[in-house]
Amino acid sequence: MTETTQADVSAEMAAIADDFAAAGRPETQPRLDYAPYRSSLLRHPTKAPQPADPEGIELWAPVFGHQDVDPLEADLTIQHRGEPVGERMLVTGRVLDGDGRPVRHQLVEIWQANAGGRYLHQRDQHPAALDPNFSGVGRCLTDGDGVYAFTTIRPGPYPWRNHRNAWRPAHIHFSLFGTEFTQRMITQMYFPNDPLFALDPIYQSIVDPAARERLVATYDHDLTSPEWATGYRWDIVLTGSHRTPLDEGDDA
Amino acid sequence: MSTLEPTPGQTVGPFFGYALPYDGDSELVPPGRADAVRLHGRVLDGAGDPVPDALVEIWQADAAGVVSRAAGSWHRDGFTFTGWGRAATDNAGTYTFSTVVPGATTPGHAPYVAVTVFARGLLHRLLTRAYLPGPATDDDPFLASVDPARRGTLVATADEHGFVFDIRLQGEGETVFLTHG
Repeated sequence: MTETTQADVSAEMAAIADDFAAAGRPETQPRLDYAPYRSSLLRHPTKAPQPADPEGIELWAPVFGHQDVDPLEADLTIQHRGEPVGERMLVTGRVLDGDGRPVRHQLVEIWQANAGGRYLHQRDQHPAALDPNFSGVGRCLTDGDGVYAFTTIRPGPYPWRNHRNAWRPAHIHFSLFGTEFTQRMITQMYFPNDPLFALDPIYQSIVDPAARERLVATYDHDLTSPEWATGYRWDIVLTGSHRTPLDEGDDA
Repeated sequence: MSTLEPTPGQTVGPFFGYALPYDGDSELVPPGRADAVRLHGRVLDGAGDPVPDALVEIWQADAAGVVSRAAGSWHRDGFTFTGWGRAATDNAGTYTFSTVVPGATTPGHAPYVAVTVFARGLLHRLLTRAYLPGPATDDDPFLASVDPARRGTLVATADEHGFVFDIRLQGEGETVFLTHG
């Protein structure tokens, strides 16, 4: 069997992009059925989702508190005895609902590869060095304005086995909770102008260019800290069932 | 008010295992407690094979149908029921929670556990419900809206320690997933 090449996968992605452009309908989420990402083949539902009115439990979200998260966990560069290798970086932004209201005091979890593109995970066998001073895991609570902030290092791109010479653009995984359970989401933040964007089936699975560009952070020189770290800003919008949240519980 | 465009989801990928699971994450109540039940099952792909790199989260009311608003959903003190749990699947695609049987949060509706599924190869999270078996499911308006041939995928089955709820991402017996538009 001939090994699938980047050219093969790029041609598949281009055909899907052409179909999307011809249809002329915006899309806001990734395609669950996106064959260029081979792992999706047997893992996407084939039936349309069932409409459901959220009730009871789904109109609320778990309540995280300061007992759950130590403020030091937002700094991924101080978890070991020494400084991690790589470009030190500040990443901040706001978590909002679809009406622009801040998602307050909710948990944000991140995880990422190190500067060499390797995760601290047994199954990651990419032959790049593990960094003894970097685990790549952080969490924080949003503040009263929905703002999250992390100090970390810029992750490297890394190879994966979707096809021959497949490389993921550098990214940070984000796990988010909203004000109701239907807003629960996991996504990835990318960096501007990455040459791997056009080649990556996970990023391209969001077939609408306007939607996928919402995953790209903005370099912010005002956030960049002199003699210390570069700054990136990335806001996140969660959508649920558009109920009006009750004020009680917001500050629980 | 202006409406903002949502941020798209992405796959959880294969390497969340050192980041998202934590001690006690799947134990909403300690497994030894008198009212503890086991809610477990497998996550299966379209070939019927187990998905060893999936993450299942649940969110539910307590036995009286009360939604907890106590802060501290993350940590376990062994006493406070916060209603939220997280379980990564093992090499056999199995997840397990220790929890309590939820009460109904809406009068006249059957009680259920809200479920979120993440996995490598799954590009956006899926939402579903695990209803508990029993006569209440016969009269539930939401279950009545589901194709009878597929309705059973939303109802757990009883076993000796609690309930079994398998999640089939694709194919025969594909689980009904929800949109809350």
